[in-house]
Amino acid sequence: MLRTLTLTLSVLTMMHVASVPLTNLALIAPCHATGPSPQPSPLLQAQRIVSIGSDVTEFLAALGAGDRIVAVDTTSRVPPDVVRGKPDVGYMRALSAEGVLALAPTHIIASAGAGPAEAVRALKAASIAFVEVPSEPTALGTLAKIAVIGNATGRITEAEALARSITEAYDRLDERRRGIAAPRRVLFILNASGGRTIVGGHGTSADAALALAGASNAASRLEGYKPVTDEGLIAMAPDAVIVMQGGREGAGPDEIARAAWVRSTPAGSGAEPRVTGVDGSALLSFGPRTPAVVGDLMTWLYPEPAKAGKS
Amino acid sequence: MSDTVVLAAAAGHPQHADSDRRRTGRRLVAGAAAALIVVMLASLAIGPTGISLEALPRALFSGIGDASDPASVRDRLVLFDLRLPRTLIGAFVGAALAVSGAMMQGLFRNPLADPGLVGVSSGAALAAVATIALGDSLLVHWQSLLGRYALPVSAFAGGLATTALLVAVAARRGEIAAGTLLLAGIAFAALAGAGSGLIAYASNDQELRDLTLWSMGSLTGASWEKVAALVPFAAALAIGLPAAVRALDGLLLGEAEAFHLGIDVTRAKYLIVALTALAVGSSVAVAGVIGFVGIVVPHLVRLLAGPAHAVLLPASALIGASLLLLADILARTVVAPAELPIGILMALIGAPVFLHLVLRRGSGS
Repeated sequence: MLRTLTLTLSVLTMMHVASVPLTNLALIAPCHATGPSPQPSPLLQAQRIVSIGSDVTEFLAALGAGDRIVAVDTTSRVPPDVVRGKPDVGYMRALSAEGVLALAPTHIIASAGAGPAEAVRALKAASIAFVEVPSEPTALGTLAKIAVIGNATGRITEAEALARSITEAYDRLDERRRGIAAPRRVLFILNASGGRTIVGGHGTSADAALALAGASNAASRLEGYKPVTDEGLIAMAPDAVIVMQGGREGAGPDEIARAAWVRSTPAGSGAEPRVTGVDGSALLSFGPRTPAVVGDLMTWLYPEPAKAGKS
Repeated sequence: MSDTVVLAAAAGHPQHADSDRRRTGRRLVAGAAAALIVVMLASLAIGPTGISLEALPRALFSGIGDASDPASVRDRLVLFDLRLPRTLIGAFVGAALAVSGAMMQGLFRNPLADPGLVGVSSGAALAAVATIALGDSLLVHWQSLLGRYALPVSAFAGGLATTALLVAVAARRGEIAAGTLLLAGIAFAALAGAGSGLIAYASNDQELRDLTLWSMGSLTGASWEKVAALVPFAAALAIGLPAAVRALDGLLLGEAEAFHLGIDVTRAKYLIVALTALAVGSSVAVAGVIGFVGIVVPHLVRLLAGPAHAVLLPASALIGASLLLLADILARTVVAPAELPIGILMALIGAPVFLHLVLRRGSGS
């Protein structure tokens, strides 16, 4: 029942996305430029951007403004050629106002939730443009990010092109998801180390990503990312297990596949346990790489291409 | 329970402090005050933007007239809105933690008593964590009633409750048993830690990350509002501490002796407990949990000038303030443009000193 509801909701969201005419982006991005990609304005080329949030950094790079980034936060590791050698201003919730000021930025483009509030206030007072990027983990939320970042950097044409391709990618996912007859129960493991397995429950971006991949979250009864015992994991009875990779520590998918509890779940019933690893930052950031990773996940979950229910 | 574990406070008879020692004490306080002024100036002059005190006059006068030279606006912001409140709060926190350590050691006649070790900080932290995480749900009335004071007042209440419980548990027949105190303190710290853990478990990802960072201590969020919120606490401490000096000196000799010296022991204990809770609670509320200042600094002062509280309290306050500011200068420059949690730095400095203290006690006497 709940599963159907979640699925319906996410389908509704997708249909909504599909029905947003792309010209509406001009409303979100008021200084709408027309014609082919304009010559980069010297004014905008002189931007010195501190990028806070892995999705923000990826989108800045995707919009061709990567060379204006002067510093990034700890979570920004992609694309490597853009972030390499750039100073790290620390974790986005614990910014140092003076540390950021020392980089003499003209713009701070930060994912919603950057803080602490005192540091943000001080930075705004220093007449640095502080652009807050919404961080809603949905397809629409992704478009909003592109609009805000495109607007802040003046890369409107690029933003429209990127928004179009992201919308199409999400539409394709939507199409594929409609062909899924029986959603699989999937468990998302954020981190497993030292006998502590932390899974993504309801309300997490992992939950949103699973819904996009046409899966039902086996841990949806939990709220947030929570540690679960092996027995609890067995009780969740996942059909498949996804392990986040890209962190520095914790067990990888191979190690999880060998874990005793997996054998006692539907995921471990076959000859080969249904356990895979996924690039965590790509899947959970709802950045430019998210639709592709979700697509790969869908292919892995539902191997024979679903042809049923073509509208 | 046997009281053989009692680790008597540093020897010495403050009542018979000879003029020599008194002179040393005065010199120490004066030296520490001078050092603090230097460290505060350094704290104002050093930072990742490289703005130094030379910018001060320019920054000062940029406010006059509306000539908005962006460079001096920036200098002004960095010096007056970032570094100055941070320096003031750092000095307060360092002084408050060192003094509360000195008071607890005097009250419990135990040089190992420290608000961090015996659970007072954990109690204050639990109350603060609850206010942060539940401020917009369960504790919404509390939050709206007290506004910006909600956090320091909660932390103070948490610290007060823990200290009062400690006194109640550790005091037996008028004497405070040091062994019981330490064990009870560890139990309280564990309980409060469990409470904080429960709240952390129930909070979302972002709150969790905030709580974790906050439990490592930081002065990142320093602002004039926080300075203003601290003023009443600082005033109460400045008024209350001198009144505690004689009682603390008397208690060093033992409670019965203090009573015979004409000290109202019960009242004195309440005063010391309240002052400790004020100091620890307000520090925890603005800077999170920072350990070891309360144990390292008073110990150092006792080595230099003996146990008399008329010197111990002010000298500890001044040296504690300097030590914390030095640690904070490191915290905000070594990994610039990011910051290290200052609690980690203090533990790096404090833990070896503490260990040295314990080992020395073990092999000596």
